[in-house]
Parts: sequence; C-alpha cells; structure tokens
Amino acid sequence: MPRTLQDKLAILSDAARYDASCASSGTSRRDSRDGKGLGSTEGSGICHAYAPDGRCISLLKILMTNFCIFDCAYCVNRVSSNTPRARFSPEEVVHLTTEFYRRNYIEGLFLSSGIIQTPDKTMEDMVRIARTLRLEENFRGYIHLKTIPDASPELIAEAGLYADRLSINVELPTDAAVKAYAPEKSPGQIRGAMADVKAQRRASKDRSHTGKRPAKFAPAGQSTQMIIGADGSNDATILGQSSGLYGAYGLRRVYYSAFSPIPDSSAKLPLVTPPLQREHRLYQADWLMRFYGFGVDEITGSRADGNLDLEIDPKLAWALAHREEFPLDVQRADKAMLLRVPGFGTKTVDRILATRRHRDLRYDDLRRMGAALKKARPFITLRDWSPGGTIDSADLRTRFAPPPEQLSLF
Amino acid sequence: MRTVALPRIGTAAAWRTAARGLLAAQVPPEAVLWAWDSPAQIDLFGAEPAPVAPRGDVTVPKAFVALAENVCWHSDPERFARLYAFLWRLRRQPQLMVDRGDAQLATLRGMEKNVRRCAHKMTAFVRFRDLGEAGADGRRRFAAWFEPTHHTLEPTAPFFTRRFADMDWAIHTPDVTARFEGGQLSLHEGSPRPDLPEDGADELWGTYFRNIFNPARLKVKAMTSEMPRKYWKNLPEARHIPDLIANAEARAREMAEAAPTLPPVRAERILERLHAPGVLRGMTFDDLRKRAEAENRETQPGYGRIVLGEGPADARLMVVGEQPGDVEDREGRPFVGPAGQMFDTVAAEAGLERGAAYVTNAVKRFKFTLRGKRRIHQSPTSGDIEHARWWIAQELDLVQPKLILAMGGTAAETLTGSRKGILKRRGAVEETEYGPVFLTVHPSYLLRLPDAAAKAAETARFRDDLASVAKLVA
Ligand code: SF4
Repeated sequence: MPRTLQDKLAILSDAARYDASCASSGTSRRDSRDGKGLGSTEGSGICHAYAPDGRCISLLKILMTNFCIFDCAYCVNRVSSNTPRARFSPEEVVHLTTEFYRRNYIEGLFLSSGIIQTPDKTMEDMVRIARTLRLEENFRGYIHLKTIPDASPELIAEAGLYADRLSINVELPTDAAVKAYAPEKSPGQIRGAMADVKAQRRASKDRSHTGKRPAKFAPAGQSTQMIIGADGSNDATILGQSSGLYGAYGLRRVYYSAFSPIPDSSAKLPLVTPPLQREHRLYQADWLMRFYGFGVDEITGSRADGNLDLEIDPKLAWALAHREEFPLDVQRADKAMLLRVPGFGTKTVDRILATRRHRDLRYDDLRRMGAALKKARPFITLRDWSPGGTIDSADLRTRFAPPPEQLSLF
Repeated sequence: MRTVALPRIGTAAAWRTAARGLLAAQVPPEAVLWAWDSPAQIDLFGAEPAPVAPRGDVTVPKAFVALAENVCWHSDPERFARLYAFLWRLRRQPQLMVDRGDAQLATLRGMEKNVRRCAHKMTAFVRFRDLGEAGADGRRRFAAWFEPTHHTLEPTAPFFTRRFADMDWAIHTPDVTARFEGGQLSLHEGSPRPDLPEDGADELWGTYFRNIFNPARLKVKAMTSEMPRKYWKNLPEARHIPDLIANAEARAREMAEAAPTLPPVRAERILERLHAPGVLRGMTFDDLRKRAEAENRETQPGYGRIVLGEGPADARLMVVGEQPGDVEDREGRPFVGPAGQMFDTVAAEAGLERGAAYVTNAVKRFKFTLRGKRRIHQSPTSGDIEHARWWIAQELDLVQPKLILAMGGTAAETLTGSRKGILKRRGAVEETEYGPVFLTVHPSYLLRLPDAAAKAAETARFRDDLASVAKLVA
C-alpha cells in the first residue's frame, strides 16, 4: 500500500531524531525584502518549539529515506533492522520545507539520509533537493545537509553552495569502535571529507586574482556528532577526540548524543537508559575547552578513570582539585583566572572587567552581574566579602554534590 | 506637574521625543506624570503639555537609546517613569551606563531582558495559518493570533517583513494588529481573537512534533522553561504534549524490552554484495580511470596530473609511495623515475617480485614549483594528503591487499595517521583501518644521502625491510 505523506513524515522524522544537532545559527545574513523569495537568517537561529525531551525544534529534521544498505549497530535504519521504511520524493521534501516555513514552524531544513544504491546516488538526490529549494523556490532559510560518507568531492562541492552547514558524523569516539559497530564506514574517509570541506571553505574566502569573491561555501561551517555510551571509551578519550577535531577541521560544534535504546535494536549493543547526565557533563566540558581556555587534561585530570564527575560540573571539579589557586581577589585577578571561578560565566567576567575599571566591586554587584554566588562564594574575596577558611574545609565538595539517592523501602 | 500621554502605536519614538524635551527644559522626574494609551487622563489632570526640543539638542550615551527603545515595550506601567528617572541621573554621570552594579540600571536591564525574551518568543511561536484564497496580485495570504506578555508586536514586526516578504500576512494581538500587504507594513488597533481555520499543515506539523520526540529522554522541565505553558494555547503542536508525556515511559520500556528481531532476509544479500571488493565505494577500476581522465582535462597550477597506481587487481601486496615525480607525471605511470628504479633494483635483490604488487602513491599529483624550466618537487601538505585520500582509499578497496607497504612520511601519514618517528617504527607491521601496514623509508631518501658509506648501510637496511615484506606476503 502506498504510504501517505503523513505516514512518510512519521517514519522519516522518527528515524531522524537521534541526531542531536538542530542548530541554525551563525550563517550569513539573508532576507527576502526584495519580495522575490522566502525566508531570512539573522545571526542566531530560533527554536520554534520544544519537544518533551527538552530539545529545541528549529529545523525540519528528516531523512530523505530510511532505507539503508549499511549495517551500523547503533542505528535504527541499518539494513538488518525491521523498522518500517519509507522514502520521500524530492518534491515532497521541498513542499514540506516551504509550507512549514511559511507557517513559521521552522528555520529551515536539516536533511540526512540512509544510503541507497550508492553513496553518490544518495548524495545526488540530497543535493537536488537543496538546489530546488534555493534556485526554484528562492528559499533563503537555513539548510543543513548531512553529507554521505564516500560521496564524491564534486557533489560535496555543490552541496556547499546551497547549504549553510555541512556535517558528517564521526559516529563513535575511536576508530576501533567505528570498525566494530559501523563496519561499512571508514573513519579515514570521514576525516578526509571533513578536511575537504575545510579546504573548500578556506578557498571560498580567498579573493581570486580578479578580485571577485567566490561563492560562499557552507557559511555556517561544519559539525559532527559522536554517540556516547555505546562503546567503552572514557571521557578523556572522547574529549581528546573532540579537541583534535576542533583543531584539525575547524568544526563549529561537536555534538554528543547519549546512546539511547532504539526500536528493534541490535543484539550487539547495551540496552540501558541513555547516559543523559554524562552527555550533559561532556557538553559542559566541551564548552570549557572552547570558551574558557581549559585543556583536555585539566578537565579530565581530576579522576583516575579519565571520566568526568557526574555529580558536580567540570569547572567546579577543577576548582576543588586546585584549591591552592583560591580564593581569588575579584578586584584584581586577571581575566583567565576569573573565567575559572565556578559560577562566573563569560558575560559575568566581561561585566566585572568593565565595572571594576571605575570603582570597587561589592558582593551585591556580582549578583546583579549574573554570577551564581552560591557556587562562587567560597572561591572569591571582595572588599566586603571573605570566605574565611571555607576553601580548605574538607566537606566543601559535599555542599555542592547532590545528596545520595534515597533508597526506597521494599 | 506635567503629563505626557504616549500613544499605543509608536510608543518608543514618542517617549524619546518627550524625554528629550523634558531634559532640555530641565524638568525633574518627580514633576512628570506618564500616561499610556489613555488620552482621558490628560484632561483629568489639566496639566501643562510637555516641552519640545529639536533633535540633536540633547545627547545621551548610545547604549541608553537602545535600552529605552526596548524598555518602552514592557508591560510595567512605571516603565516610562523609571527610564526618565535613570536618564535624569545619567545626564550628570554618563559612566553609570556601564555600571553593571547600579540598582536602577539593573532593574531596567532586567526589563529589557524581559522584552527581548518576549520579542524572541514571538518570532518563535507565532503560527501562521493559510487563509486559502490568494490575493489579487497572486500573493498567498496568511494570518496569526498571538498573545505576547509585553507590547512587543511593533518592535518585532520588521522581523516578519524580512522573513515573509513574498506573502501577505497579518499578526493579530489584543493590543495591535500588524498587516503586511503588497510589501507594505501597517499597524492598527488590536482586535479580539479572529477565527482562523486550521489548515492541513497543522496536522503534518503535529505528526512531526510527535515523532521527533525521543521518549527515552523525557525532560519536561527543560521543555517548559523554554516553552512556558502560557504559550501553549496558540501552538497547534502543544495539544500533543500531554499524551507524549503520559506514554513516554511505556514506549521507552517497550523499546528496551523488545527482543532483538532477526534481520530481514534481504539484509544478508545486501551486505554480502556490499562487502565484495570494489562495491562498497561503488567504483570499479574503469570508473576510477575515467574519473582521473576527466579531472586531468583541467590543469591545476603547481600540480601535475592524476597518476593512478598499477599492478594486478588481486595483488597481495600494495606498495605506497609519496607522489608522482617529474618523470612519472610525464609518462602518466607510477614508480618509473629514479626512486622507482631504485625501488625495483633493491626489490629484486630482496626477492620481492615487483610485478606481483600493486604500486601506487599516497598523493596522486606531482606537486612542484617552477625554477626556470625545471619543475622542482614540493612535499605534499596535509591538505594535499587529505584531498587525495579518497583516491587511495578507492584503490585499497578494489585491491584489498593482505599487506600494505608504506614508504616514507606521506604514505605513513595517509595510512596510519602519523608521520612521526618512521626510522623507529620501520620494519614493524601496524594495524590500521586500511589493514596491516608495514612501514619503511622512501627510496628517494636513499638517493639523497651524500655519504657513500651511509648510503650503502641505509640501502642494506631498506633491502632487509623489503625482504621481510617478501616473506610476509609469500
Ligand atoms: S549509514 Fe549507518 S548510521 Fe547512517 S543510516 Fe545507514 S545504518 Fe544508519
């Protein structure tokens, strides 16, 4: 029986929900004020809805098809699963995208796909959808294409002209894990594709000798995703891998996706509740590496097993392990150290720096500047505040860690 | 006492004009009463009208202008008075504007944040419905009903004009209605909730909302903090939320408990075909050659043409060098220049049959700089290496050798991810994603050694390496 558009949408969005990314920020500014097109992008993207899993819905995130000839153990679409299958025609994807967009449900499209026939054939269809949206529908909203591993460089080059972001998932934290769980994928090819996107992005920024600007190539950059908790890698390995990826390919984001049980899952994988807390800590750690000047080993150095502390956040964990650096004089400390105070965000630190040029700071000022003082208190001194000896007290950690879970009577 | 009445449409601009006049006339905050959208009040107090001052007479910090522009849309009836009181202090202490600890400023900043958030939520949660018939000029027509917490339609309407410029639309709020018709935006008095029939898209959107949700990750608080309940009544997708929450646990448990099923029959067939040589990447040697020919039709300055490897397609050994040299580029064949000849000689001595191996290079194009007429070899950068990886991977996939002999840093970096410490790593087999890799130096290294004794010693070591390889693939 042919499937209706409703059925297809149900199947192909269900299949897409394991991709964590829904970002639509940081692309070039566009609008449709000329009256000839639809859509705009301005700096930060908009979350148009939130699902009860707390995730933002910003893009229409769907698979073009969930037929797939690969057999990745963690994926519901793998060839050996019995999940119901469907395939959108390119016109259907274009229709859904523009009609959803006109009703202000979404910022744009995030299209990925299972692999049908060959990688090139699959990528070709995806590029066709993006091309139709841009050139025929004059769609100026956001487009994120998940590129297919092993698709030819020319197709990727064309994809980059229409898409704001390209991504390719490294899938698992180590090459060995990819080999074990995604035997048809090649980590080397995946890295090669990322390097290629990086090179093309760079080339598109150079003016040619005629002084003409080349066409923009994936202006919102590239990102990738790693599944957490399917293999045995510890957090140090995971974060080491991310920092390598950020460095080598100039990625905008590495997404971490707690492995969650999937319908019709493979016997190869653990069926546990997804390690959401671990995922959360990894995001925090990732943030510290990118915006707070922390190195991987600093973040993962405080525990012998190379994992993050699940009970307290990684910045607090670092501060507790380096008490000799505190308490810090907020009036005088340099920016790098202020950024390391638990409870101080980058905005708070900027405000501190701007205000202390004019006058002495007081405890109440910090509250108004957005500091989380409950956390920061033991680590700072101010003209009207001193933590006394709390920094050295043995039970400092227990003040922050949540109480141990209550055991229920049975 | 002066009373300033501000209109409902154009509030912020009117406040700014009034404040400028008051400031120029040195009217202190306690002598001003602000009224919004109620002309009756003015008569009530019978007070004198606000003075007017020309633009440019009064200067204030730029940041304040932006702050006031936002705060004016807040729902707090005191907003105008608060702004003016702060402005009054600011005129003598302009540095107050950067004092993030000042209590008055903190309140205003807090209000600004509320307004911004409210405006942002409007850009997120307005839901247009298709009104069906298109206008006379062929433009489609849409409308939405929205209930913002603050008076944010006016400052937010331009966002919608930038985004939805090729259609006509109206956004109705209790306060104000914004209409965009034929490319023109206009603001009108608000109206009660109009009757906007659902269109088919709402149902599709609901389907999407239900299915993108992962029941194994229920986090209701994270949802409601970003999408507070007050918005739900105007969001078509929100009606599905109670159901999704109620059934999440059961659905997640069902997924976890369902025993793994047996793979469908077709799976085995597909995978078998997939893993046959050359299929996974969907390429044959012929395809590869055609592709190289096509790319070779265009020249790249500083680079030679693509030179593919050669040898039996079922070779047990694949020999990987750096990149074609000047001779290789001219002849279009690998390993025919001086280094290739050196390799041939030593291989023969070591009992390694070159004809039985597939020989190729990690990077497919000769990279050079011109010095006069001479093309001087340039080492490939890691960018060149990554760019070329696709080709070598295709070859590896087609040949599927038992052993790969990687000669020199470029081959090592391509196949093992690192070019470091070759001299220490040589002679051993490393496991990689491409299969087992045996590392040694590149024959051109031997050619470059100036000292005859060193050259002889290094050549002997190279010979030993090749002899080990011959044994491994025997
Ligand atoms: S390639 Fe792997 S991860 Fe991607 S859809 Fe197919 S089975 Fe899933």
